[in-house]
Amino acid sequence: MTPLMEVHDFAVGFGSAQPVKGVSFDVTAGEMLAIVGESGSGKSLTALGLIGLLPSHARKTGSIRLAGRDLSDLSERQWRSIRGREIGMIFQEPMTSLNPVLTVGEQIVEVLRIHDKIDRRSARKRAIELLDLVNIPEAGRRIDDYPHQLSGGMRQRVMIAIGVACNPKLLIADEATTALDVTIQAQILQLLDNLRLNLNMAVILITHDLGIVAQWADRVMVMYAGRKVEEGLPQPVFEHPYHPYTRGLLAASPRAEVGQHYRDGPLLEIPGSIVSSLHEKGCAFRPRCPDARASCGQAVPPIKLISDGRYAACPLVPSQFGRVSHDALVGA
Amino acid sequence: MSTSKRILSRARRVIVQAIPTALGIVILNFFLLQLAPGDAADVLAAEAGSATVETMAEIRSRFGLDLPVIQQLLNYLNNLAHFSLGYSPRYGMPVADLIGQRLPGTLILMSVALSSAIVIGVFLGSIMALFSGRLPDRIISIASLIFYSVPGFWIGLMLILTFSVKLGWLPSGGDSTIGSGLTGIHALLDRARFIVLPAVSLAVFYLAIYARLTRAAMLEVKSQDYVRTARAKGVSPLRLTLRHILRNALIPITTMAGMHVSGLLGGAVVVETVFSWPGLGRLAFEAVMARDFSVLLGILLLSSLVVIFVNAAVDLLQAWLDPRIGESR
Repeated sequence: MTPLMEVHDFAVGFGSAQPVKGVSFDVTAGEMLAIVGESGSGKSLTALGLIGLLPSHARKTGSIRLAGRDLSDLSERQWRSIRGREIGMIFQEPMTSLNPVLTVGEQIVEVLRIHDKIDRRSARKRAIELLDLVNIPEAGRRIDDYPHQLSGGMRQRVMIAIGVACNPKLLIADEATTALDVTIQAQILQLLDNLRLNLNMAVILITHDLGIVAQWADRVMVMYAGRKVEEGLPQPVFEHPYHPYTRGLLAASPRAEVGQHYRDGPLLEIPGSIVSSLHEKGCAFRPRCPDARASCGQAVPPIKLISDGRYAACPLVPSQFGRVSHDALVGA
Repeated sequence: MSTSKRILSRARRVIVQAIPTALGIVILNFFLLQLAPGDAADVLAAEAGSATVETMAEIRSRFGLDLPVIQQLLNYLNNLAHFSLGYSPRYGMPVADLIGQRLPGTLILMSVALSSAIVIGVFLGSIMALFSGRLPDRIISIASLIFYSVPGFWIGLMLILTFSVKLGWLPSGGDSTIGSGLTGIHALLDRARFIVLPAVSLAVFYLAIYARLTRAAMLEVKSQDYVRTARAKGVSPLRLTLRHILRNALIPITTMAGMHVSGLLGGAVVVETVFSWPGLGRLAFEAVMARDFSVLLGILLLSSLVVIFVNAAVDLLQAWLDPRIGESR
């Protein structure tokens, strides 16, 4: 089976800066792929690139194929017919992502009427169904509400309704739950999970919350400084992280296990910041890496297939770290 | 809450606020005008050139100018309570009639100037925002900067020089061809020819403001998250600009336009004088020179009512444009 979306060596540049330095990955139909990484790792830019929303002065290279169709050199007009219909997107800030002067109904109807040739009345009917689908109570009344009359969780549901309105094959959720509190977060993720199963839609979940990834994602891809550094199924990746950055991320997350509560000792951190790798010649993580060697500064380590479905971009992986468990690292 | 309900509650509040505001304006202006040296009797006497002390006393007592200031104020307020604006010693007619003659001229001039300033300004501002940083933006920016900084009367004089004196296309003053006896559509066209130059010289300053304001507001709205959402929906650029960007950008512009109505009334004084346009502004100017305070108070009261009314209209417009306004009460 060919993947739904194939991204090959996708890179984004602004002037002399190169925030996304070439990432390749596939998305299979119906799967939930999580992209994790800290601020500045290029995950949001990658997402915007997938839906053709990068600023016009951005330099894009590489290829993106959706269901076999090459999207790399589509015109703006062609992109418009894909956005909202074949690829939906929801954003981080539910508070500001909806137009304050239009009712939520108008905003859902708008996307329906752009892509499907339907009249106003049936579009409205469909919009009510969609609000119902995303579990908004009293959808028939809520449809005439303005965004400011809804809570953050409700607004994000409306955003999801807009995102899935035209049954897209792929939904990109860019930090879609970051601004919500934890209970609402779980509800929204549950909703996304149900929707992708019911609508047979792939979801790219962009987040920096490893807990979310562990619980919801089918596959995880870790990005650092514009490159993919590790990829695999969530459980193996979290149990045996290969890349030192992934290990650092995991060590920096609070865990409920015995001896790892924050009361028992400080949380570990990854020293330095992503900016420190701006002019790095070799591995971008080298200045922050506890295991860096002189050879790491020579060239960018390529991403390699380690075992079935597991990729990592660290030359030390097979020799040294293959079997080191997370617990051992954190306990150290 | 529904749109009509929101607008109604807004209207109620405006009316409640308008009455004390208007009263305050009248009383404050009354005392301010008392500070000016001389009164109508002085001016009338000076113009007559042969007034005796007795005639002046007679004029003063006839118009109640010899009463104590407080008494004069109470008389004026009493008149107002009976819906009378008083009597003009200078023109020898009731102030209400005098204003009634001049008000339409000013209102027409103002509304033509303001509406064309808004329409053209928003249009030019949109072009500037769409082409921001590129040539059309630069050219309109410079032009608007020039219009913004040149005084209206000078523009008026230059317009007269160009279009009336040199080219002879448009009349240099007045509001219609005297004694032409035109009726219907021809009379309207004739008046339209007369309003072009005064309206343009009144409008250019505001046009420049609206163009720059629209540009700034649109560029700001353009970077909002909901515009990105709209783009992610596949909205076309035209629809994006009109429905998502411009509608949100119009909110600060309507606020400014409401505030400018009072400024326009002030600007009308100069422009009406330059173009001898028979409007309130010129009447106010003449009333000041003649110390005809009852006329001036009448004009000030009326202007304040116009400003309050327009602000209320702007409030309503905003309540319609922005559902978040007028929600809380």
